[in-house]
Amino acid sequence: MFLKVAWHSLLNRKYTVLLTLISVAISTFVLLGIEHIRHEAKESFSKTVSGVDLIVGARTGQLNLLLYSVFRMGNATNNISWESYRELATDPKVAWTIPISLGDSHRGYRVMGTTQDYFTHFRFGQNTSLSFAQGDPFVQLFDVVLGAEVTRKLGYRLNERIVLTHGLGHTSFSKHDDKPFRVTGILRPTGTPVDQALYISLQGMEVIHLDWKDGVKIPGKQTSAHELAALDLTPQSITAFLVGLKSKIATFHVQRQVNHYQKEPLLAILPGIALTELWQMMKVMENTLRLISILVLFSSLLGLSTMLLASIRERQREIAIMRAIGASPFFVFLTIQTEALLISLTGIMAAIFALVIGIFFAQPFLADNYGIFINHFAINSQMLGMLGVIVMGTLLLGLIPALSAYRFSLHHGLGMKS
Amino acid sequence: MYSDSPENSTARVTDPVSFVIKISNLHFSYPGKRQPTVLNIPAWQVARGDRVFLKGPSGSGKSTLLNLLAGILVANQGRIEILGQDIAALSAHKRDRFRAAHIGIVFQQFNLIPYLSVLDNIRLAAHFGKKHITGLDLMAKQLFEALGLDHTLITKKASNLSVGQQQRVAIARALINAPEILIVDEPTSALDSDIRDAFIKILMAIGQIQGNTLLFVSHDTALTPHFHHVVNLAEINLAGGNQYVS
Repeated sequence: MFLKVAWHSLLNRKYTVLLTLISVAISTFVLLGIEHIRHEAKESFSKTVSGVDLIVGARTGQLNLLLYSVFRMGNATNNISWESYRELATDPKVAWTIPISLGDSHRGYRVMGTTQDYFTHFRFGQNTSLSFAQGDPFVQLFDVVLGAEVTRKLGYRLNERIVLTHGLGHTSFSKHDDKPFRVTGILRPTGTPVDQALYISLQGMEVIHLDWKDGVKIPGKQTSAHELAALDLTPQSITAFLVGLKSKIATFHVQRQVNHYQKEPLLAILPGIALTELWQMMKVMENTLRLISILVLFSSLLGLSTMLLASIRERQREIAIMRAIGASPFFVFLTIQTEALLISLTGIMAAIFALVIGIFFAQPFLADNYGIFINHFAINSQMLGMLGVIVMGTLLLGLIPALSAYRFSLHHGLGMKS
Repeated sequence: MYSDSPENSTARVTDPVSFVIKISNLHFSYPGKRQPTVLNIPAWQVARGDRVFLKGPSGSGKSTLLNLLAGILVANQGRIEILGQDIAALSAHKRDRFRAAHIGIVFQQFNLIPYLSVLDNIRLAAHFGKKHITGLDLMAKQLFEALGLDHTLITKKASNLSVGQQQRVAIARALINAPEILIVDEPTSALDSDIRDAFIKILMAIGQIQGNTLLFVSHDTALTPHFHHVVNLAEINLAGGNQYVS
């Protein structure tokens, strides 16, 4: 019965109630949204690279190397010479390597120069290898393999000829339009940055830079296909390379070997450890965000409590009526608490609904712009705990108006003192 | 005919013709130090089926007395028996249940919870009186007819009714649990004289049918001819108005 009374009482004050509800919904939205994105971003990062023992690049920060080599965020500070790469790659402890050469883009998507080893050795998620939706790895100089998202967004088909751009801009003025590439393969979606790039051979990478110097096209210079065959297209340098070892036990040994490499300053990192460092760095921000969202939530629950407390004043008459027809002060107390709970639960429901919708629409945006792949919104156990805290907080702060009504009904009886 | 001695009062609990309200040696003051005594009533009784007009100026302790009779306040001293039941002997929760089941109360104004429908207002009273909802609609319908209310009002929101309609719904609500005692507190001050007369007539007619005891609290002495007894609170309350001036 108090549920009915509470419900109609809320309907009766629908505007203040609606505003309070929106405030609770927004704060719950923020709290759960941050939690979801945090969780999903972590998942997304963790599953981007798998089975790689070491990442080697020019000496820089551990995180920087991780971010530019695997997540394609930021840029390399320096390159590794081809000789150093070969020397380290031929070490007997090394099972395989994947060289990575970055720096070019095609309509906003990165172009990565690598070898066929990328398609055989690279792993993501739970040790899943890359597979082709259509076609095969690149073989020829002017072959290109496309990530799933690139194909979807740009609408390319197998065997289509495309022009690759020098630099990273969305619309570059200096297009390498003299050397079109043929699409030989399209990768299946992985839900990682792999989907967001185009893959060509290291030699292909060299070719598109042949007639260029310092990022500017050399006027009048055009290398013909005939001349190309005669050229040595071994790259001068690469950006970084991923290493798989024959035995995991050797990991630290090889890492030390790379870090102490005499010919040039190099850095080898363990992806797992670098990721942990990333989490640690993010933790401060995460905690700050969480603290802010908790404060926002607290203030909106306080608003809820204030709204109900203010309503008690205008409901004194109503409380007296309830008492007259036999309501106990506890009934009055319960009615107020139920109102608080109804607002809060409806707010939570609205927030979850908004999150499901919001994240559905945010998914492509986050993937395109940040390479972060977010799953559909689902409540995990941690969120359930948070929702529990919200409900408890509501009941706790609801005590203020509920006890006020309780005390009123206890002392004021039928309304007026004589 | 009977004495006020406590030995005899216990024997009368089951006596059906005894007083429905019996006050002995009542003292009441509001909590707090040096609060004046509001009520000091050595003895006062209302017999079953009586219609009592209780008058007294504002500040004379009328509402306090009503709160005590309804079991919302508890006397500091003395004894109040309602239908033979010592009110103070009940727990707070049982007092609320007792009030719901045995005492109907009608206020001078604002009797209904505005955001509930007329029917829900009545249902709420029945809920507290532990009445089964099954016979409720029929009973409400009968009461509505007796009170001259259109039955279609029952689904309307209480706040959409006129003051006169609300008053009559309030009587219907007060009577839904067939209470032995009906307390009406300044019911007519908000009504114009035509509606007021109609209201009193209905009240009397209903009282005749249900046979309940009516305690009518008002200072509108024009209504006194309708009642068996007229009691001036100042005469039974020794605390008097001079000690408590609001």
